Amino acid sequence: MAEVPTQYGIILAAILFSLGVAGILLRRNIFFVLLFVEVMLNAAGLAFVVAGARWGQADGQVMFIFVLATAAAEVAIGLGLLLRLHHQFKTLNVDEASDLRG
Amino acid sequence: MIVVFYIASGVAILSTFLVILQSNAVHALLYAILSLLSVAIVFFSLGAPLVAALEVIVYAGAIMVLFVFVVMVLNLGPGAEGQERVWLQPRTWTGPVILTLVLIGELIYIFLARPGLALRGPAIGPQEVSLALYGPYLLGVELASILLLAGLVGAYHLGREPSD
Repeated sequence: MAEVPTQYGIILAAILFSLGVAGILLRRNIFFVLLFVEVMLNAAGLAFVVAGARWGQADGQVMFIFVLATAAAEVAIGLGLLLRLHHQFKTLNVDEASDLRG
Repeated sequence: MIVVFYIASGVAILSTFLVILQSNAVHALLYAILSLLSVAIVFFSLGAPLVAALEVIVYAGAIMVLFVFVVMVLNLGPGAEGQERVWLQPRTWTGPVILTLVLIGELIYIFLARPGLALRGPAIGPQEVSLALYGPYLLGVELASILLLAGLVGAYHLGREPSD
């Protein structure tokens, strides 16, 4: 069932993570920034699962479940901040919120 | 199964790339959901069926639906798409794209320089994962529950109407 080379799984995780980094760097909309944070967390979880499958242990999948819980908590806080930013500044540009007590 | 892995990885990379190119928020979300579903197929081909199911249920089902709700609440007009297109000028994205390509190239070089290691063993089912989760990782489960509670309280605090 599992004859996939380990490197290809790790390379897929690396490519997805780098696409997430590129997305965060070249977007200014906080909505897309949160979306790419999800992509990066998912890629990190993929690397855990590939490593766990390499050694035939369940630990990689356990770590993925923890990454999932972290992603769920992060997206709840992040979308709350997004709604507050939209309420206060009437825009989704993250650069608008660069001033303290602005 | 290896063909399934390659096709699903190709779909995942392509759809994640299309998320970056989209200026419409809903279209980007749909491509992100497609990317998460193909990563779930990758998990299944790696012999991790529980994680594949969790990826579909929690990531694509719960987290992305939260994003869809936020798009509906914000009610972004047609001006948002044009604003997004203005922000995506070539002078904005050339620098990050070049740096990210260097990063990807380095990572792929490092991983391919090693001798080939095949994944071994049969698929790891839900039973083994659950035994590990509630055995040696019990403290981690408690910490995750505290984190989720903190996220709940924080989201409630941020979502309230400001009183002042």
